[in-house]
Amino acid sequence: MAQVTLIEALTMAMAHEMAKDPSVVVLGEDVGVNGGVFRATVGLSDKFGPLRVLDTPLDETTIAGIAVGMAAQGMKPIAEAQFDGFVYPMVDHIVCHAARFRTRTRGRLTCPLVLRVPWGGGIRAPEHHSEANESTFTNVPGLRVVMPSSPSRAYGLLLAAIRDPDPVIFFEPKRIYRQYKEEVADDGEALPLDVCFVLRDGSDVTLVTWGAQVKEALEAADALAKDGISAEVIDVATLKPLDFDTIHESVKKTGRCVIVHEAPRTAGFGAEVAARLAEHAMYDLVAPVERVTGYDTHIPLFRLEMKYLPSVERIVAAAKRTLAAS
Amino acid sequence: MSIAASFEIEYLQYLDADGKLVRNDLPEFARDTRQLVELYKTMSFVRVFDGKAVALQRTGKLGTYASCLGHEAAHVAIGSAMHIDDVFAPMYREYGAQFVRGVKPREVLMYWGGDERGNDFSGPAHDFPWCVPIATQCLHAAGAAMAFKIRKEPRVAVSVVGDGGSSKADFYSAINMAGAQTLPYVSVIVNNQWAISVPRSAQTGAKTLAQKGIAAGLECLQVDGNDLIAMRTAMDYAIKRARHGHGGMVIEAVTYRLSDHTTADDARRYRPDAEVKSAWEREPLKRLRNYLVAQNAWSDKHEETWKAECEKIVDVEVNAYLETKVQPVEAMFDYVYAELPADLQEQRAQVLELEQARKH
Repeated sequence: MAQVTLIEALTMAMAHEMAKDPSVVVLGEDVGVNGGVFRATVGLSDKFGPLRVLDTPLDETTIAGIAVGMAAQGMKPIAEAQFDGFVYPMVDHIVCHAARFRTRTRGRLTCPLVLRVPWGGGIRAPEHHSEANESTFTNVPGLRVVMPSSPSRAYGLLLAAIRDPDPVIFFEPKRIYRQYKEEVADDGEALPLDVCFVLRDGSDVTLVTWGAQVKEALEAADALAKDGISAEVIDVATLKPLDFDTIHESVKKTGRCVIVHEAPRTAGFGAEVAARLAEHAMYDLVAPVERVTGYDTHIPLFRLEMKYLPSVERIVAAAKRTLAAS
Repeated sequence: MSIAASFEIEYLQYLDADGKLVRNDLPEFARDTRQLVELYKTMSFVRVFDGKAVALQRTGKLGTYASCLGHEAAHVAIGSAMHIDDVFAPMYREYGAQFVRGVKPREVLMYWGGDERGNDFSGPAHDFPWCVPIATQCLHAAGAAMAFKIRKEPRVAVSVVGDGGSSKADFYSAINMAGAQTLPYVSVIVNNQWAISVPRSAQTGAKTLAQKGIAAGLECLQVDGNDLIAMRTAMDYAIKRARHGHGGMVIEAVTYRLSDHTTADDARRYRPDAEVKSAWEREPLKRLRNYLVAQNAWSDKHEETWKAECEKIVDVEVNAYLETKVQPVEAMFDYVYAELPADLQEQRAQVLELEQARKH
């Protein structure tokens, strides 16, 4: 088994599936000879050639539109958006077409594409390179919105996304692309979509998060443990469709919930989790739900960005507030 | 200074507005008057269908409908030039092309009558559905063409966009991609002079719309879109060279939207009557009919018999549409995903419960 980073796990998954299934193709800006600006597609062009690892013109509309057309005609395109902030010209094709082909043709045409989106802040990048825009897509019927938080989940979830018969927006937390290595077997075993992963058992408070913030949530749980507080940590992994049952089961046990995400607070995906708790778990809760999120501002340029992103300190404080409340 | 690049745009016409031949190099298909008669009959059928669809909307039996009045030659030429394995990406009024490809009139009515099943049509299962967001279909066709290139299939993708749609990024993106990758893709701009209320002159400063393909490295041609023979000749040429690996082409079909944009529009608000009247003198059916009559291949008697036949066929289609039962309410959940996710089952159950309560 190889020790790989999250981004190496992604490359491994794509290479595995491309070798197995000739309909799988990769397309985007700089994905070919250059291997992607983050090197996610490194080596794929040599292995599979320039038609299956396609450097497109510098136009996100082209990438999304071509991917939709290819997917409807029997290919499995993995399109790369290069950066989160460049996804907006793609939205028309994803929302109006990829997400709807199955419904509007009653299953005659489908759109099994994966849109890979390097996501989020914290890498000292220029403007428009640090967006947490997952809720742009979580309100769209027909899409799956997936975000891994470790090398093994990156491998297993990307395989599942490629094999899924419906369009998947696959957000990649670039802050943890190379944060640590993990043993990942290149065995072609996918992980299930549409389920949350409970990463740490606890009994006092539930920390619900996804993507890069999983790291801060686990560190917060460690810090809380030192104060005798037992925190359960849930990686949502598939935001849409949401596995609320796993969150609910946890909250039945802990009675407290802190939702952590990097995106702005208002109408961020945490609002959906909180609404579900209000609908289904009101009597299980012993304290108000807390949200630790990005602020309703634009993520600042990098001198201030770490003040914007949820920190271990903010998560610990929120968890303690839920304990103080009851 | 020297010249870095230069270009010219050719214009193709065989039949003038009166149906007289203006060239003496009639292509082979057009020398077979029986084939021309069949194409004329299809154009004529489309017009009868179109009139009936508008009437259905006016009497409350159809939703908003986009008429194709005046586009019959362009549309039938596109459909008849394509192979069944080729992929068609329409906008939303190319019924002439689609009927040739096997789409049933009742399916067109289902779509505009508020039923998704219209897009699950009897035409080729790989053809794209009607596309309301402007020009996005161009990129889907280019994507299909990319798939054909990767799989080494001798197939061609054809999209239709309007004069207004040719202003949009997606149109340019598609031809740009086709040029960069030498894709088997034909982009037809059906220039009907009006994008709802905005005239062709307000869309672009370019002298022709065809020349937009030059910047993408594609071959370009402007065609009299009301001349079936010219349109079919252009399409045959474009599709053949695309199929043989010579790349994409942009064809501008110059025509006129004789109807309102849709039944929700009133073109009298923005368009002078005199312009519409003069456009009727150049309309596509009359000129082909005149030509066929001059060739002794068609007559008033044929016309009368065929019209009656069209009315009968259309009536059968309209009845089939009107008799189609509404989908059960849970149908809105059926095709959101390949399998209904657990997360959606609760909402589906709520809808069913509400429906049961209403019935009791």
